[in-house]
Amino acid sequence: MMTTFFDVVHRDLRLALRQGTDSIMVVAFFVLTVVLFPFGIGPESNVLERVAPGVLWVVALLASMLSLDRLFQADYEDGSLELLSLTPAPLSVLVIAKVTAHWLTTGLPLMAAAPLLAVLLNMNADGFSTLMLAMLLGTPSLSLIGAIGAGLVLGARRGGVLVSLLILPLYVPVLIFGVGAVDAAVHGFSPKAQLLVLGAILLAALPMAPWATSAALRQAIE
Amino acid sequence: MHRFANPARFLRIAAVVLPWSAAATALFLGAGLYYALIASPGDYQQGESVRIMYIHVPTAWMGMFCYTAVAVSSAVALIWKHPLADLIAKASSPVGAAFTFICLVTGALWGKPMWGTWWVWDARLTSMLILLFLYFGHMALINAFDDPTRGAKAAAILALAGFINVPIIKFSVDWWNTLHQPASVVKMGGPAIDPSMLVPLLLMAAGCKAYYILVLILRVRAEIAGAKIRTIRLMQVHGRNAA
Repeated sequence: MMTTFFDVVHRDLRLALRQGTDSIMVVAFFVLTVVLFPFGIGPESNVLERVAPGVLWVVALLASMLSLDRLFQADYEDGSLELLSLTPAPLSVLVIAKVTAHWLTTGLPLMAAAPLLAVLLNMNADGFSTLMLAMLLGTPSLSLIGAIGAGLVLGARRGGVLVSLLILPLYVPVLIFGVGAVDAAVHGFSPKAQLLVLGAILLAALPMAPWATSAALRQAIE
Repeated sequence: MHRFANPARFLRIAAVVLPWSAAATALFLGAGLYYALIASPGDYQQGESVRIMYIHVPTAWMGMFCYTAVAVSSAVALIWKHPLADLIAKASSPVGAAFTFICLVTGALWGKPMWGTWWVWDARLTSMLILLFLYFGHMALINAFDDPTRGAKAAAILALAGFINVPIIKFSVDWWNTLHQPASVVKMGGPAIDPSMLVPLLLMAAGCKAYYILVLILRVRAEIAGAKIRTIRLMQVHGRNAA
């Protein structure tokens, strides 16, 4: 089962790196959209500082959501999803492997770009380490919950737009606690409670999201 | 439960239940509105505008109840492949969305004179808004596929994934410091509300419940008829050996 896991992660990473522009496009969307905010709301430092955690999290969420279609869609269209589902390992292992590869090529680059953008938005320095820790706990949950949505819309009309309608309500808890953690740190309070809840959401999503996703994939394949 | 899986038997039972649920709706809503608008006291602080509560609270209860109905019938459809469960989920979803929408609108209309604001982003209001979006997602997903059974199954999984929101709504006023009033009816220690207001509230809730059953029967009958029409059309197009 572990060899299947590593094989699928290896395969997806190779495919993603071969088509290297995907990760770069996600980071580019993140950077460009965050940069739009000073143009939109004015460059006044304390206004930007006030909204920095929220803006960073919302745009990271959107960037993560926009990259979900390459999780299953390409494999579904050329038939390799059906072949991959025939392995003796449970379908959940396949889903976790694909989500891991997705997070490595989407969540990690977003985390790498976040400190630079936090500086651009004049975020208070107390919040940086909490931002990184919160994103470390939050972005895998985003990939896991997003996988449910990506699996549900395989073969649907207008699947890309539909996935956002399905997934954004489920993303809201991660957003609330992610921003809450950074806001607490910036104001000098301990972010421990919010970080623990983010960890709890991740631990709950780890078994349940692959289960729901494999149910969705199974009825997409047949 | 599997006795009722036969659509023809369901239709026979529905034909019997329908007039009774229509009568119950008229009776309970009529009595509830009479007590709510005329025969119950105004609030000592809020005066007469407390009467919005008699619509706001039952529709909130129904919004959560309908989502629970959608989630339960989705689970039944996925586990036992009960043929009517998919139709019940599909039929309940728009009704629940409408109740949730009415709850949010009446809440805003009540909040403006009482709190001074149409909307506030506290836990209860935010989680009810998320419930509305979950309903919209459910309805969109059902209709997003050319094959209706595929849409029903995908939506069933989504309904179960979103069910976590319903306990969050119920306990949000206890877990967070919210502007919305904490629980006064369904809580430990019994209702904290006077019987002169509790009775109209429960009458309106019973009326909304009867209305839901009435509309559910009409909608499921329509869905069954729609499935028959689809089958007939497929047979016409592909010849008698198809479908």
